[in-house]
Amino acid sequence: MSLVVPGLKVGLSRDDLMMRAGVVLLAAILLMMLGLPLWALLAKGFEDRDGKFVGLANYVSYFSTPALFQSALNSLQVATITTLIVVPLAFLYAYALTRTVLPMRWLFQGISLIPIFAPSLLPGLALIYLFGTQGFFKALLGGGSIYGIDGIVIAQVFYCFPHATLILTTALATADARLYEAAEVLGTSKRRIFFTVTLPGAKYGLISAALVVFTLVITDFGIAKVIGGNFNVLATDVYKKVIGQQDFSMGAVVGMVLLAPAALAFLVDRLVQRKQVALLTARAVPLVPRPKLGRDLFFTAFCLLVSAAILTILGMAIWGSLIKYWPYNLSLTLDNYDFAKFDANGWDSYWNSVRMALGAAVFGTLLMFTGAWLNEKTRGFGMMRGVVQFLAFLPMAVPGLVLGLGYIFFFNAPGNPLGFLYATMGILVLNTVAHFYTVGHLTAATALKQIDPEFEAVSASLKVPIWRTFVRVTAPICLPAILDIAIYLFVNAMTTVSSVIFLYAPDTKLASVAAVNIEEAGTTAAAAALCVVIVLTSAAVKAAHLIADRFLFARLQVWRRR
Amino acid sequence: MIDRTIFRRATLAGAAALAMFGLASPAFAQKTKLTVYTALENDQLDPFKKAFEADNPTIEIAWVRDSTGVVAAKLMAEKDNPRADIIWGLAASNVGLMASMGMLEPYTPAGATALNPMFLSGKTPQTWVGMDAYLSLVCFNTAEGKKNNKPVPTSWADLIKPEYKDSIVMPNPASSGTGYLTVAAWLQIMGEEAGWKYMDALHQNIAQYIHSGSAPCVQAAKGERLIGIGLDTRGASEKTKGAPLELVIPKEGLGWELEVTAIVKGTKNLEAAKKLADWAASKKANELYAKTYPIVAYPGVAITPPNYPPNLEKVMVKNDVEWMAKNRDRILAEWTKRYDGKSAPKAK
Repeated sequence: MSLVVPGLKVGLSRDDLMMRAGVVLLAAILLMMLGLPLWALLAKGFEDRDGKFVGLANYVSYFSTPALFQSALNSLQVATITTLIVVPLAFLYAYALTRTVLPMRWLFQGISLIPIFAPSLLPGLALIYLFGTQGFFKALLGGGSIYGIDGIVIAQVFYCFPHATLILTTALATADARLYEAAEVLGTSKRRIFFTVTLPGAKYGLISAALVVFTLVITDFGIAKVIGGNFNVLATDVYKKVIGQQDFSMGAVVGMVLLAPAALAFLVDRLVQRKQVALLTARAVPLVPRPKLGRDLFFTAFCLLVSAAILTILGMAIWGSLIKYWPYNLSLTLDNYDFAKFDANGWDSYWNSVRMALGAAVFGTLLMFTGAWLNEKTRGFGMMRGVVQFLAFLPMAVPGLVLGLGYIFFFNAPGNPLGFLYATMGILVLNTVAHFYTVGHLTAATALKQIDPEFEAVSASLKVPIWRTFVRVTAPICLPAILDIAIYLFVNAMTTVSSVIFLYAPDTKLASVAAVNIEEAGTTAAAAALCVVIVLTSAAVKAAHLIADRFLFARLQVWRRR
Repeated sequence: MIDRTIFRRATLAGAAALAMFGLASPAFAQKTKLTVYTALENDQLDPFKKAFEADNPTIEIAWVRDSTGVVAAKLMAEKDNPRADIIWGLAASNVGLMASMGMLEPYTPAGATALNPMFLSGKTPQTWVGMDAYLSLVCFNTAEGKKNNKPVPTSWADLIKPEYKDSIVMPNPASSGTGYLTVAAWLQIMGEEAGWKYMDALHQNIAQYIHSGSAPCVQAAKGERLIGIGLDTRGASEKTKGAPLELVIPKEGLGWELEVTAIVKGTKNLEAAKKLADWAASKKANELYAKTYPIVAYPGVAITPPNYPPNLEKVMVKNDVEWMAKNRDRILAEWTKRYDGKSAPKAK
């Protein structure tokens, strides 16, 4: 029974100590799966090719190349344009999903996720079928070419849309209806309500979404590589150095330059975070949108349009997987689904992918949600929490191939006690969780921030240990977000290539990697077929989630309604 | 109580998932498992493995296969703690660099003396042994050519004619080994000054420098582009699949590169690796290579890949592999300065 006197330092409770120990443990885990492997590669930036320390010599030689400036400028340009297109689109879409009465809401929600179900190969192939030299809609480009900035932006918008929608849906889903009722009673105009209640409530989500999209575009090399033409970006520069010339030193230098946006994102996040207040107070009443014809029609039309665009790209790929030889023999066949003909591992790599994705979903969700909770709810301890926050932001800014090579250097180093993980399924799971840590962490943090700290305060005064509050109250409230994270990890694990391509062993080859190999071997249709199988798997998992959401988990959220 | 049930269920599901990717069942066979790193084509892996294992029943091959750049990067990154036992099918320029870094176990395979000396590393014992050669040639889409009234080129010089403006793709030498050997061949055929002048002119006709050696011929095969400069085997296989493609051997000559075998230093299965190295240099193995490649190390093996013009050996340029390795950084820097830096999107 300590007497709380303002201004006096109060002893730490058992809960506080436990939470702090948890934060330290989390920091250690993140350091092991992210910090150290990254450093193992980035440190090469200070060595020459023979491993001798050369200080900043590589940086000097890199920054004196005129091509660098052009690549950096190109990266910024593509990232800015994509962000400016994706965030408003995703905001409107998320708004439609959460704040309007939409017929078949679940269907629209599912469709919005299709792009992350697909390996990045898929939009690349589909865009070539649609807008390439022999494409069906080439005329729409008005003499322009899909190979170049236009193609990159279209593919990036497709690829980034679900990431932004996921964050914004979470941000908009939890709102206090009482605020809206009060505003209406006071006779506030719709516009004013939107700008003074809705937008501020979603501010954190909006900024997170923008940061995520921006850095995703900056670090992605897959799309730029396939469809970028001569449009050089920083991420393809890393590719050229590392894959083209096996020059790890210079690759590390460019990798380091790419971390700049992450550092920026981190700072912005810290600034915004200070101002974020909990929206879902203990007394909050969830907002249930009421029908309103004009608005609902507008948003239904909007969602139909966006969904049609997404489905066209997917449909193109499905059709492409069923034809014999584009564009000279368009007769249909199912042969392309007999993967053993195109890759020695056949369907095995598909099952490897499923196992890896399940592992990543279970392990990753546990780590990310518990981690975000520890970091959000621990009192004081600013320094350590800052470290965790920074490590959580890091992977977003790291191109997969930098992380993958870092994993080789770190886990394969002679004498590393973790070396037993190398060339196992375990390292693929670890690598994938690390690679996609940021969005999962942000989703969890966004959901947690919206919960009133009063819940913990009440529990504490009732002498309920904080972990029990976590298991009994916090986690169930956040169950939608937790499931979103699990699904996010699952689908990304199914499609990821750039990092795991360095880490798979003969018996742990993944379907996403097999698809790239098959495509490289020129069998585009079979690659499209494998991509389609991956999309369908993820879609089935998502469908199961939606059904469960509707019939089972909905009951957990009953308390929120009046 | 609902929440508790759900959590119990979630825990069970989690435990099941964890169990699924738990420990793999222990190996029971006495076979030596040989980890082979390779950039061979996907469809070659199975026949190669079967043929070797039939002759060496105590050894089992486990492939790690990816594109040349990825496999080379992986090998070099694992340098301090190698995971591969042997390399079977990787570009000589990459493997040569590994030899100079002391990453290879020198060994002269039993049948090495029978091979064409051009396919040997020249060291005693050999650091690497060649299997086959691949070429960088011109793939021309005849259907698109007819549609747009464009003639088939016959020489490198033809490619700088204005009628081919923006219709040629070639690999970016900074990201593709095929791209580099193409550029190096031009510089060796024409001499440095004329070579750069030629590329200046060619640059006007290039639609795109692609980050892959096989993609140009695939793009040409699919009619995305009229002309692709790139890997020969891919062009030939696309043609087999029905692409309206003509493989053009420019009369000035061709750049080429070897695929080689080399034992990785530090392998725990040295005896098995030597057996594979021996087998890879045998006539039998070369007959397998000859199904895909027009030129192989063993003299006199009947060459059978379809769609190749005859007598390719004669048009292979005198290629100084050492010169290529020594001048690589310089040439790539110059190339990047000239063509890559200003390769922003073309003005509409």
